[in-house]
Amino acid sequence: MEASGIKPLGGERFWLGVLLAPTITGLIFGTLGSVVATLLISLTDWDLLTPPQWVGLANYIKLFTDKDLFESFLNTIKFSAMYVPGVAVVSLAVAMLMNRRIHGISLYRTMYFLPVVTSAVAAALVWQMIYGRDTGLLNYVSERLGGKPVCWLCPSKALYSVVIVNVWGAIGEGMIIFLAGLQAIPRDYYEAATVDGASGWQQFTRITVPLITPSIFFQTLITTINAFQAYEYIYMLTRRGQGDSSVPVVVFSIYRRAFNFFRMGEASALAIELAVMVIALMAVYFWLERRYVVYE
Amino acid sequence: MKISPGLRASNTLLDSGTYLLLSLGAVIMVVPFLWMVATSFKLPADQYTKTLIPDPATLDNFKELWQHLPFPRLLFNSFWLSILATIGQLLTCSMGAFAFAVVRFRGRNLLFTLLLITLMIPGQVALIPNFIVFKWLGLIGTQAPLWLPSFWGGAFGTFLLRQYFLTIPRDLADAARVDGASLMQIFWRVYLPLSKPALAALSIFVFQWSWNDLLHPLVYLPTDMQRTTLTVGLAFFQQQLVMGGKFTVLMAGALISILPLILVFFIAQKQFVEGIALTGVKR
Repeated sequence: MEASGIKPLGGERFWLGVLLAPTITGLIFGTLGSVVATLLISLTDWDLLTPPQWVGLANYIKLFTDKDLFESFLNTIKFSAMYVPGVAVVSLAVAMLMNRRIHGISLYRTMYFLPVVTSAVAAALVWQMIYGRDTGLLNYVSERLGGKPVCWLCPSKALYSVVIVNVWGAIGEGMIIFLAGLQAIPRDYYEAATVDGASGWQQFTRITVPLITPSIFFQTLITTINAFQAYEYIYMLTRRGQGDSSVPVVVFSIYRRAFNFFRMGEASALAIELAVMVIALMAVYFWLERRYVVYE
Repeated sequence: MKISPGLRASNTLLDSGTYLLLSLGAVIMVVPFLWMVATSFKLPADQYTKTLIPDPATLDNFKELWQHLPFPRLLFNSFWLSILATIGQLLTCSMGAFAFAVVRFRGRNLLFTLLLITLMIPGQVALIPNFIVFKWLGLIGTQAPLWLPSFWGGAFGTFLLRQYFLTIPRDLADAARVDGASLMQIFWRVYLPLSKPALAALSIFVFQWSWNDLLHPLVYLPTDMQRTTLTVGLAFFQQQLVMGGKFTVLMAGALISILPLILVFFIAQKQFVEGIALTGVKR
């Protein structure tokens, strides 16, 4: 494709440079250059005040020997393992319900989309009220229905509670993506299948799922990237008095080690590990895409 | 097609089920907002009452916000920073996208591939080196680290706009070229005016991300209430007020912080929805 396009003439080469200058600056300072810098810092012990000390791979080994760091990795993985399928299943279900020709679709769509435009900080404040053990709305409702009060934000339950809030916040976006995919399926496919006596479940597995594989792929890709970077609700809902978290995730640990304790080497090693995890998963996704995703 | 009575009956049943499930889900989606609004108008003594209509209703919580935090200042900061971020991204991403989509130059594919690779790298990787660079530049404690990076492009925005630019027929650019238009004139007079939907979608995304961002203001301006954003202010406020048992004031603050985006959402709902579809469908 290098050959196509408008060729810059004479002085326009300068303007081409102007057009590309921000992007190139961003690559150097913002992203690619940062990866190199973070890699280098991760091999040192550095508090930003004294000169960095070369420590080799010690920071990476620490991830397996330091109990807190290991726990934060485990939490990120557990969180993602619940969040990604959770968002996919619920938003697909909502999208399928909305794809039935019913009245009031735009009102429903607005209501499901509201959490997407809401800041996690503000939403977390109200969820903190809802999750309250003795005073919360959720326990009030569940007690009315005969349940026992649950300590939603205690360490044993907090991870699940945080997953619920994050799923709540992401359904709207997933719904839009799936709805776009569903609406592209011609209705007569289903009519033909009904005439041939296919059950609802058969129609779902043989028509719907295969035809929306591009949407499923794209949606899970986005939520996976988001899952590994999820941070706000965890910061707001599980932070304790001393500034630590009852359910630390990797991003929380990066923030804490780097900007509360100024252990830049440790934090950089964590960031690299996070990136490696995400990129490895992406590689798996793209491999799955080539095998299973059908583009028309 | 003739529909048998039996099929029709089962359709009515299915429709009722659809409404029931969708409405149940909608209640779960909306209850936190209703609760936020209700609590923000209650007396602090009534904060744990389980009623949706505050009785008596009061505006004191909103007045009290102003005593705890420089609230107008925080609102202004969030607005200002989000607008700067939006301008920066619109400008620099469209410039890069135009070069990648329209201009022929050596190394174009390599540069674009490098940019795409960065889509997969979590932003947290850049956090520490960026902090160090801003420290060297003496910019820690200012707002610059929060808006300056918006002016160096970005993979998401550049990719989104490039895909859109590619859908504009090349003949238009060629015709303008024959008429003697320069590269920048083609960018400014042909491509930008024809890309309003994509530009609108990107503006909304960037504004929303910037407005809702917590991590970066927390890193660069964690305590300076004169310079920091509403999100940091609320997080800071949370610790004070939850201890003091004043959820009512906290909810008033939360409500004000989400109103601007909800207003934008109601006005530009179409752009929001199409923007998401745009990123998903046009690969």
